Amino acid sequence: MMANLGTVLEVVTATDPGMVRSHNEDSIGTDAEIGLAVLADGMGGYNAGEVASGIAVAMLTTEMRQALEAHEPHETDGSGEPLAVKLIKENSGKANAAIYQTAKSQPQYAGMGTTLVVALFYDNRMTVGHIGDSRLYRLRGDQFEQITRDHSLLQEQIDSGMISREQARYSQNKNLVTRAVGIDPEVEIEVHTYDVEPGDIYLLCSDGLSDMVMDEDIHATLAMLQANLPLAAKQLVQQANDSGGRDNISVILVRVLEAFEASTGWFAKFKAWFR
Amino acid sequence: MAKLIMSLDNAVIREVSLDKERFTIGRKAHNDIQIDNLAVSGEHALIVTILNDSFLEDLGSTNGTLVNGNPIKKHILQHNDVIEIGKYKLKYVSEQPTGQASVADFEKTMVLRAPMAKAAMEATQSGFGDTQVSLSATTQSQPPQVAAAPAKQAENMAAVQILTGPSAGKELELTKNLTTLGKPGVQVAVITRRPHGYFITHVEGANFPIVNGKALDAQAHQLNDHDVVELAGVKMEFFLKNG
Repeated sequence: MMANLGTVLEVVTATDPGMVRSHNEDSIGTDAEIGLAVLADGMGGYNAGEVASGIAVAMLTTEMRQALEAHEPHETDGSGEPLAVKLIKENSGKANAAIYQTAKSQPQYAGMGTTLVVALFYDNRMTVGHIGDSRLYRLRGDQFEQITRDHSLLQEQIDSGMISREQARYSQNKNLVTRAVGIDPEVEIEVHTYDVEPGDIYLLCSDGLSDMVMDEDIHATLAMLQANLPLAAKQLVQQANDSGGRDNISVILVRVLEAFEASTGWFAKFKAWFR
Repeated sequence: MAKLIMSLDNAVIREVSLDKERFTIGRKAHNDIQIDNLAVSGEHALIVTILNDSFLEDLGSTNGTLVNGNPIKKHILQHNDVIEIGKYKLKYVSEQPTGQASVADFEKTMVLRAPMAKAAMEATQSGFGDTQVSLSATTQSQPPQVAAAPAKQAENMAAVQILTGPSAGKELELTKNLTTLGKPGVQVAVITRRPHGYFITHVEGANFPIVNGKALDAQAHQLNDHDVVELAGVKMEFFLKNG
């Protein structure tokens, strides 16, 4: 049986083309009931970018919903991996294949691709998968942390010690991702699972936010406006636009209102059986 | 493509296009840029260029390498940086002056395919070897504000002075982008500083802020000089400060 997380998660979204671009190539999708948030930042000429990001988000939201109607995300099979992890891997692979095929068969979409960040909340946990430079951050108490690590040339340069984080801010190679959905026949999504605590606020965003607004300012905005999440989302977009808004800006905020442990007792199983 | 303009005592000597990945600078003849001067080490410095970025590394030279007057070990070159080696100056000119780069292309995300990414990484790694040197020295030389340039803020500084209640007379300068006012859990509003002025927005609480006797709605409201704001029973005046 599907646990309804609609009452334990507060989810708000905002997306904006920014100040320079004529159209929005970002796509976002959320399904609070199954605890899902998906964000994709498309790339490619003409309107191919939004086609790619749109396919990825649609694929993830519909396929995951369907799968979770029959099974619970914490269930494990023989591999020991929770279903959540499997679903994110499987469906990002499907999205990759769909975009790759479309790009190959229709010349106007040649070369399109998209970043992807997807978070699934279940059983006091969150499984997050990402490809490219769209990010997930967490505000827990006073701690604001970037949870995902970009698949970008810049991040690799930081990791190898070649440049510092401070210097990275001024790099001109910000926009080079080393992994994207739909570019090659196959793609590997990076997946991790984290514990979730009531009060946590999660931010999924495209680089239109993280390149324009410094982490300290994102942190300050979330901390000060956490009583009003929709306002916080609006404010983040506004700050990116006030700083130039050079790219599309998308934001998903998820606040954990209370604990949501999966019911694994005999009664739950019993009930599920008779459903 | 980026280039270096080399000069001695303000006279330009030569121009070098950074048209290949590695450029060595030193006194010995095998260097790409040879500077035949005893103040320059045999192998003095190295510039590795990857796509739009050029990295300068001092190769343990006797007399050091300066960028904009600061000694560096490793440095990511910015448009108009001046490298000093001995008495020679090399000005780094990036073909697209940063900041005014063609905005349309600027932030376009591109995929760096795996083999190319690997090559780029290998190139940089072989370029810098295994020397794990702290970059703290270079971070002190303040790079120009480029990509994450903070928004141009409202010209005028502003402040809020409390008019009633126990804190009457207190003044709060609005120095941050966001300033929250009120009592958490009761009534809170935020004043945002934006390029074209200051705005007040309701954050939480059943009651909305009152500006000049009129209650606001959920929308942001621009504040004018000497507006009176009422929040959680406390009156305060917003005013602009000149200078």
